Amino acid sequence: MTKLLSMNRRNFLQASAAGLAAGVAPGLIGSPALAQTALTVGFIYVGPKDDYGYNQAHAEGAAVIKKMPGITLVEEENVPETVDVQKTMASMINLDGATLLFPTSFGYFDPHMLALAAKYPKIQFRHCGGLWTEGKNPANTGSYFGYIFQGQYLNGVTAGYASKSKKIGFVAAKPIPQVLQNINAFLLGARSVDPTITCQVIFTGEWSLAVKEAEATNALVDQGADVITCHVDSPKVVAETAAGRGAFVCGYHANQSALAKDKYLTGAEWAWGNVYTNFIKAAQSGGKLGNFVRGGLKDGFVKMSPLGPAVSAEGRKKFEATLAEIMAGKFSVFKGPIKDNKGNVVITADKAYAEDAIDLESMAYLVEGVVGSTS
Amino acid sequence: MTVEANDPGLSVAAGSGASLRPLLEWLARRAEPVVIGLVAILIGLALFSLFILAIGKSPITLFQLMYTGGFGSWFSIQNSLSRAAPLLLTALCVALPARLGLVIIGAEGAVVLGGVAAAASAMPFVGIVPPVVLFLFMGFAAVVVGGIWIGLAGFLRHYRGVNETISSLLLAYIAIALMNQFVEGLLRDPASLNKPSTKPLPKDYMLGQIPGMDVHWGLVIGVVACILSWVLIEITSFGFAARIAGGNVRAAQIQGLPVGKLIVGFTGIAGGFAGLAGMIEVAAVQGSANASLAAGYGYTGILVAFLARHNPLAIIPVAILLGGISASGGLIQRRMGLPDATVLVLQGTLFIVILFCETFYGRFKIFNPDLWKRS
Repeated sequence: MTKLLSMNRRNFLQASAAGLAAGVAPGLIGSPALAQTALTVGFIYVGPKDDYGYNQAHAEGAAVIKKMPGITLVEEENVPETVDVQKTMASMINLDGATLLFPTSFGYFDPHMLALAAKYPKIQFRHCGGLWTEGKNPANTGSYFGYIFQGQYLNGVTAGYASKSKKIGFVAAKPIPQVLQNINAFLLGARSVDPTITCQVIFTGEWSLAVKEAEATNALVDQGADVITCHVDSPKVVAETAAGRGAFVCGYHANQSALAKDKYLTGAEWAWGNVYTNFIKAAQSGGKLGNFVRGGLKDGFVKMSPLGPAVSAEGRKKFEATLAEIMAGKFSVFKGPIKDNKGNVVITADKAYAEDAIDLESMAYLVEGVVGSTS
Repeated sequence: MTVEANDPGLSVAAGSGASLRPLLEWLARRAEPVVIGLVAILIGLALFSLFILAIGKSPITLFQLMYTGGFGSWFSIQNSLSRAAPLLLTALCVALPARLGLVIIGAEGAVVLGGVAAAASAMPFVGIVPPVVLFLFMGFAAVVVGGIWIGLAGFLRHYRGVNETISSLLLAYIAIALMNQFVEGLLRDPASLNKPSTKPLPKDYMLGQIPGMDVHWGLVIGVVACILSWVLIEITSFGFAARIAGGNVRAAQIQGLPVGKLIVGFTGIAGGFAGLAGMIEVAAVQGSANASLAAGYGYTGILVAFLARHNPLAIIPVAILLGGISASGGLIQRRMGLPDATVLVLQGTLFIVILFCETFYGRFKIFNPDLWKRS
């Protein structure tokens, strides 16, 4: 009854889209003619869609596919990594007729998305984070992720030229491999310009904790750091605080140039629009959705913010040269010899890891020149 | 009444009217919180409608969606019940001390530590004892740890004069820090690279779903806990003593009631319930203890307890109502394009109006039992 009462054009389209999608769901991948007409795609975010960070990057990607023909986009923000996200996914499937879901937060994968994938074997689930394992996880699930530490390396290059104090700072959430890769890449980028540069890191312990992020940023600036970057869910507080204190800012996740203005050097951004477009094209043309999709700058998974006015001509030249090398697939960020900050050799001289090297995924050290500790 | 008495045809009814009086008296007493509560909710919804109108959306569509998303189908009802389950226990953590006049707002701390304790106590016994025994171990550990945590706030209150509201809130922050320390250190499963967690429980050691429903056993445990708490407060002498102490602590002391024991005991039981909520999150939802335990259940429980006027039985419908609001929040985001904060505005509006309507208790003669004794 409520359905009839509230039936307007939009609901009608959604309802018919849901009906069609449900009808073709078994052959979703195999029947392009029908699939092209209607595909309801669900996006779930752990925080707000306009956080200038992790969630905004995904929402910007979702906005790209929203414009594609035949796509109905349903989105939900601020969904915690509890039974809530399971119910949100089920609700998108049952009430909206979604047949392809993108639960974007890392913690949605296990057990939440896996539980739903078992319950709804005809629905496709793709998760951001690179956790999918062949043979262990169901075929209607998959992972996608990007080598964004390449972007942090380039951030480091601009920081190396911008820093006068030769001290740069990093506000980090937790000492986990993905974050450590970024911290290390940032310093290595800076040291490619000046090997005397050091990077102080402060771990806040949480993905989203504005007060601590502000305190950490202030502490870094107080200790003399004059270029700040971060890896937390929303870099908004770090970018605003650092720029307010007169330090330069390198962005992360999304473009924060509107917050840091002329203090913004560049930023390592996700380019999820490309990734999602590929998934949707595959679904609509009857191709196979990949189960394990990864890429870096040259694959269009990651992009750099336009360089800010504070980047010198020299810095711009080096930045562009390094970027060109990365785009040509000839560059290794983690190239031996590299010592950790306790003096142990962690990457020997004969090794130069490609971005997809498996060894990088269990990184547990901070490289020489990073001031801080993982525990 | 006068109509009945003057009408000879109703003399029988009038006769039984005399015996109805105790019933009316009883009804008048009981009706006050129900009527005032419902009117408050209606006023709250009316104010919220103005807010929705002000942003150019239709409140009617919104309420229809809320009904559809929260209670409109068996799927939606189960969705609401799942979300209500943890709130039952965390609301008790607020409601029980409130009967003693204490405002405890730190249930979140007991939830996360209860979860960690449950996960830690399960580790040595997985595969050795049957699941039911394991749940008992986990539940016991969670109740003890949660009880100590909130009991500490009660202890500090009575013996050291520390404000329990502040101390319980601050203890919650300490608890979350402790949880992070444990799951990222001592109890960390080395396989959990980018999301530090304890070792996950095997599938057959998970607390399953209620048969025939897509809702886990936490709901039943929560309802039983609410009923037991009601018995404790309303029927036992321990509860009676607590209510006296809550009414006037001096009077209770003069009567020789063990106020200190009551305070520590009640806060301990309250914390035990919140700890149990953490154990259920681990055993029924997450499978391991990790940062997802701090999902805000402890804080939403405050809202539930206040809306239920700290009556354990009233907590059950209120928690389900809030579960429904949260379940429909997603649908509102998806269908109406409203931000997630919409639901928070609704919750906030209801909360304020209900607190405001507290001032109307005892103001309306119709609810005065004495009125029904006369005539």
